[in-house]
Amino acid sequence: MLIGNFKERYEADEAIFRTTRSRVWLGIAVALIVAFPFVGNSYHLYMAGLIGINIIAATGINILTGYTGLISLGHAAFMGVGAYTVAWLSNNVGLPFYICLPLGGLVAAAVGVVVGIPSLRIKGLYLAIATLAAQFILGFVFNEWEPVTGGGRGTSLAAAEIGGIVLDTEFELYWLIVVVMVLALLFARNLFRTRVGRAFIAVRDRDISAEVMGINLLRTKLTAFALSSFYAGLAGGLMAYFFKVVSPEQYTFSVSIFMLAAVVVGGMGTILGGILGAIFMTLIPEILGEITQIFGAGAVAMLSSAREVVFGLLIVGFLVFEPRGLAQIWKRIKRVYEIWPFRT
Amino acid sequence: MDFFLEVSLVGLAIGGVYALVAVGYVLVYRTTHVINFAHGNMMMFGAYFYFTFAELLGLHWTISIVLTVIAAAGLGAGIERVALRPLLGRPAISIVMVTVGIASILHGAAQLIWTAGDFFLPPIFPDLPIVIDEMYIPANTGYGFLVALGAIGGFLLLFRFTRSGVAMRATASDQIAATTMGINVPAMFSLTWVYASITAALAGVVVGSITTLNPSMGLIGLSVLAVVILGGMDSVIGAVAAGLIVGWIEALTGFYIGGAFKDVVPFVVLLAILIVRPHGLFGTPEIERL
Repeated sequence: MLIGNFKERYEADEAIFRTTRSRVWLGIAVALIVAFPFVGNSYHLYMAGLIGINIIAATGINILTGYTGLISLGHAAFMGVGAYTVAWLSNNVGLPFYICLPLGGLVAAAVGVVVGIPSLRIKGLYLAIATLAAQFILGFVFNEWEPVTGGGRGTSLAAAEIGGIVLDTEFELYWLIVVVMVLALLFARNLFRTRVGRAFIAVRDRDISAEVMGINLLRTKLTAFALSSFYAGLAGGLMAYFFKVVSPEQYTFSVSIFMLAAVVVGGMGTILGGILGAIFMTLIPEILGEITQIFGAGAVAMLSSAREVVFGLLIVGFLVFEPRGLAQIWKRIKRVYEIWPFRT
Repeated sequence: MDFFLEVSLVGLAIGGVYALVAVGYVLVYRTTHVINFAHGNMMMFGAYFYFTFAELLGLHWTISIVLTVIAAAGLGAGIERVALRPLLGRPAISIVMVTVGIASILHGAAQLIWTAGDFFLPPIFPDLPIVIDEMYIPANTGYGFLVALGAIGGFLLLFRFTRSGVAMRATASDQIAATTMGINVPAMFSLTWVYASITAALAGVVVGSITTLNPSMGLIGLSVLAVVILGGMDSVIGAVAAGLIVGWIEALTGFYIGGAFKDVVPFVVLLAILIVRPHGLFGTPEIERL
């Protein structure tokens, strides 16, 4: 039972992982992440890589939607911008991946700022529609700007390479994704302990009060858009290296909804929520696949439709019954064991 | 020049259908302040209802239309009751996300029930193209336009002269005042969704007759958002005017620039309107008071 949380210094109180218990959990998580690639087969590693990429993207959309309160229905398009930038840079300029990835993020951030400009005049539902328009316009560009994007067939790129090691198996890509993911999560977690991050939350809770307290709305909203699309661009760039091909079908409206759904299901406005949501939503189709296999080959053909129905039901169900998502469920479970043998 | 007129006429005719779809959005937004991202998919469901009754069950088209309207009304009422009623008073993002979730459910369900293939609706309209002064308008588009205008007119009359229509307008303008006058506001929300669902179903039948019927028909609903925003979220007249404008621009782009650009035009219009005049041509600007 956790009785008290006694601290002597401010640093101890400001730490991210404040209790021994949470540090132990962190240690276990790190050990699992490090040990995983040596235990799992290539399919497991493939799924882990996908989850890692989705965690980065979901954290990005969480910064924008969960923390700043600006709804984005066009996040897949930002991911696409990152992916196409990485592919183009690596094919035409021949830059190594550790330069391509941040550049992809930066280009996505720039596009994100442009899309975010209407957020100065409009908010809420209207902004959601503006980002939706951006999604379709960018999707159109991906399809039609053939010299750069390769049109509907898409474009392929060479595997990432560092110091003579070619990152082309799931095992090697796993490490790349894990490193980027950990950096991205640490940055996001720390962001909300700074002035900029707290300004995001203030804008979400009441933009007019935030402005009265001296927060520049223009700058804050655009920063949120830029950061969030940087994350999306990073995730898109990783996806480009992961699949070694970039095509418009990877970045459609339904992917945007998938990402938003991950954040809603996981829990908006918490870092843990983005992580849990991304893991859950990435695994759901796989679990569904396993279930449909029981029913035979006919059911497998219906998989993609069933997936859509399940996604929709999850979104509606979580919003109606558990609006704060999996993160809240986790918190409740934690409370049960923390004060055991007492009951809540 | 003749081509210009002909293309314009076809564009305006399609714009009339857009207007009917847009009216569904406006109805829901006016009363409940929700932008219903599932509207396009409700439209698609309406078309499938008609397909089921007229083609699969082989009923006469009049009976099929009546049954479609009833089924669509049930769908609208069900969605409102199950998914939206529990969220009354929640922030906008939750409600938007719920409608997005419903859209996903409907899209997947349509594929499960009716498969993802293309179907043709049994013809309702006479198969003779309308010829005005040597200009040629495809029959389905032309008659679809007339049906759309008729339906919009019918709904306008309904709002002006029936008791429930007046109650609904009262709810739209002031919920608290409406409640104190004895109007059952939650029931009005349900009724709004029912009406919106019926307009969606009628629009679905028209759109399904003009093009083919498949589960991605709902995407038209998203491009019609351009119409809604251009006209103003809360104006039925605006929806009609904007529907005609967007249909016309789209047809001209498709004819003069190229087919691929046609699909992206509504979204460009949308973005431009949102930046320049967010409340649209006929909408009321949102004023925030503290």
